[in-house]
Amino acid sequence: MDLLANLGVGFATALTPMNLFLAFTGCFVGTLVGVLPGVGPIATIAMLMPLTLKVDPTGALIMLAGIYYGAQYGGSTTAILLNIPGEVTAVVTAIDGHEMARKGEAGAALGIAALGSFFAGSVATLVIAALGAPLTRLALLFGPAEYFGLMVFGLGLAIVLARGSVLKAVIMVVLGLLLSTVGTDLETGQDRLTLGIGELSDGVDFAVLAMGVFGIAEILRNLENPEARNVAIAQIGRLLPTREQLRRSFGPILRATGIGSILGILPGNGAVLGPFASYAVEKKLAQDPSRFGRGAIEGVAGPEAANNAGAQTSFIPLLTLGIPPNAVMALMVGAMTIHGLIPGPQVMTKHPTLFWGMIASMWIGNLLLLIINLPLIGLWVRLLRVPYRLMFTTILLFCAIGIYSINNNPYDVYFTAFFGLAGYLFIKLGLEPAPMLLGFVLGKLMEEKLRQALALSEGSFMTFVERPVAATLLALAAAVMVIAVLPAVNRSRQKAFQE
Amino acid sequence: MKRLVLFVLACVFSPVGFGQAYPSRPVTIIVPFAAGGPTDIIARISGEYFSKALGQQFVVENVAGAGGTTGITRGAQSKPDGYTIMMGHMGTHGAAPALYANLKYDPARDFTPIGLVAGTPILIVARKDFPAANLKEFIAKVKDPAAKVKQAHAGVGSVSYTTCTLLTSQLGARSIVAAYRGTGPALNDLVGGQVDYMCDQIVNLVEQVKGGSIRAYAIATPARSPALPDVPTTKEAGLPGYQVSAWNALFAPQGLPKEIQGRLNDTLVRALDDEATRKRLLDLGSVIPDRAGRSPQALQKLVESEVARWTPILKAAQQ
Repeated sequence: MDLLANLGVGFATALTPMNLFLAFTGCFVGTLVGVLPGVGPIATIAMLMPLTLKVDPTGALIMLAGIYYGAQYGGSTTAILLNIPGEVTAVVTAIDGHEMARKGEAGAALGIAALGSFFAGSVATLVIAALGAPLTRLALLFGPAEYFGLMVFGLGLAIVLARGSVLKAVIMVVLGLLLSTVGTDLETGQDRLTLGIGELSDGVDFAVLAMGVFGIAEILRNLENPEARNVAIAQIGRLLPTREQLRRSFGPILRATGIGSILGILPGNGAVLGPFASYAVEKKLAQDPSRFGRGAIEGVAGPEAANNAGAQTSFIPLLTLGIPPNAVMALMVGAMTIHGLIPGPQVMTKHPTLFWGMIASMWIGNLLLLIINLPLIGLWVRLLRVPYRLMFTTILLFCAIGIYSINNNPYDVYFTAFFGLAGYLFIKLGLEPAPMLLGFVLGKLMEEKLRQALALSEGSFMTFVERPVAATLLALAAAVMVIAVLPAVNRSRQKAFQE
Repeated sequence: MKRLVLFVLACVFSPVGFGQAYPSRPVTIIVPFAAGGPTDIIARISGEYFSKALGQQFVVENVAGAGGTTGITRGAQSKPDGYTIMMGHMGTHGAAPALYANLKYDPARDFTPIGLVAGTPILIVARKDFPAANLKEFIAKVKDPAAKVKQAHAGVGSVSYTTCTLLTSQLGARSIVAAYRGTGPALNDLVGGQVDYMCDQIVNLVEQVKGGSIRAYAIATPARSPALPDVPTTKEAGLPGYQVSAWNALFAPQGLPKEIQGRLNDTLVRALDDEATRKRLLDLGSVIPDRAGRSPQALQKLVESEVARWTPILKAAQQ
């Protein structure tokens, strides 16, 4: 009953005309800016934060949350249409989403992304309202050793993710891990693998790497073969998914909502694993896994739902503990603080209208996003009709602006160009960038957690065995890798025997 | 037509367009940290007052990286025309020379000081069930090698690293140290009880202390903070030598014209007397400098004394 009363307070706050207007503005502006290639949620919120300074804290947070969802959705749009993921979480969407767009089903891909996100967002809102506080206490049991186990588990997923040869996937994961070690050493402050380039002392930025190996490389590939591009855009496809596509997507969306919600609560940015985990699960469950990577709608529906569920539940550590789990939430902390409100365990009791109003506005934001985006899909898809010679120059320009705006650093633009060339080389060698990006993202966290765990255990590796949760996760990870690698090993053995 | 173009170009490129008073166009405040952190917030709050008082937008540009030294390097190399100023801080203008061997600026020589904006007090906090009732018992634990007390910090070069290094060096103790990327993850493990203690800026910790998910032993300022009136000062709690604050101050590149320096300092002094601005800074737990502490000369002295204080401590810790 408490829950209903609280949600009542929340909706009463969120549904005032002013707050509704702010939620709408946030979603709309967030989507518009987020659609620019390379401008993900972080850059968008940072750029638009001054807009919120003039309203009261509740309204400001509602608007910022709207910007966040909007930008996240906008990021999926560029991932699907242009193969440019603006955020870690959109990397997986790009794999099958862009294939769908190439097959002329861009409308359906965008549609299912919006519908899946809406469903997942609605469920996640309820999860936050009902279970936020108790789940946080559970998540706190995760120490460095447990996280390390989770990250190793994630690397197992990277191998499942691969389309072709397991060996190539492993190569790319390792490359990603190596790239993640570039930069200042966490404990000693010494530069590692920076080749004496000062701008690399903070490591390679995710957006720089992703935009290079996905976006720029994609443009190079298209320029090589302009006719293929024209064939792809001849057909837009229907804007809404067919009944068959909806049927296929239902199960993945349901499962992904669960996966994403749980991973999103983990305070160590577990949310990044959501889309990857969902994709891996669907690929394993599918009757015909070979469709994945060639435009399977399940590969868009699941990850997008997981992404949105995680985006939502990652508010839990922020709202209940006052600890931001990732960079976007850190920005939200900043925004709250500017409004004279320091996030923490007190917020829920001291400012109930703000807390519950924000939760209610999450659901409203998801609904608005659906309303805004379904009609806009036609517009986004029409973008593909723009002649490519105009389009690729515009994309390159916006990429450069987007990359520059992240750190206001011109070197990031040069690095993006470099990774673009590297990505083109990967395409030529038949190597996939997605496992590399997962390795890159996990590598940083994994090293950090490994070293913390070992520092706290004074160097004893037994900490990974003695702690039951960590040991279980590591055992699971080992099992996943064995399952992922075994069939491939068998197959290559068979081949060897045949020869 | 040609003349018009020339006129426009002249307006854009002349530092002070046709004798117009400074500022005649928007001013950039470089914040050397990501948006949302304590330094960023202080810059935005003061920037708002500057915009209103001087009739031109003061725009915050976040240039994060290498413990703030990337942004300050860029600021130091920009034109000293008053249109690029920067929010320096205890790390960039105190600890950096000891931490970064290739530092491209000298905190004491390459800047025109404008004035100290605000200090953020440092708290010593521990997990809520740490077996020490007060600072004295806490110190005894940290000093006892058998207790194996575990410290967390937010990365080499962060405020939490430098200030806790100062603490252990004053105590002559060595803790087990775990490094995190940022205050958030470190705080998370402190709340979860994975580590025992850390030091950090009050604004990052105040709500967790109030909510009882961590406990604060002392605040390293001469007076208690209105944000946490129950937390004793280090002097009261028996460690009077531990006085440290993460101060933030405005700097311009070396060679800023005297009148502009005066104009900016004058505006800063008024900003810190402005009721609305004061309240927002105090709500953060910040300490606002008194009149004497706001002058450029006082800031210059502060920078020199901070570099002298941090260099030996941090160099020794890295051995």
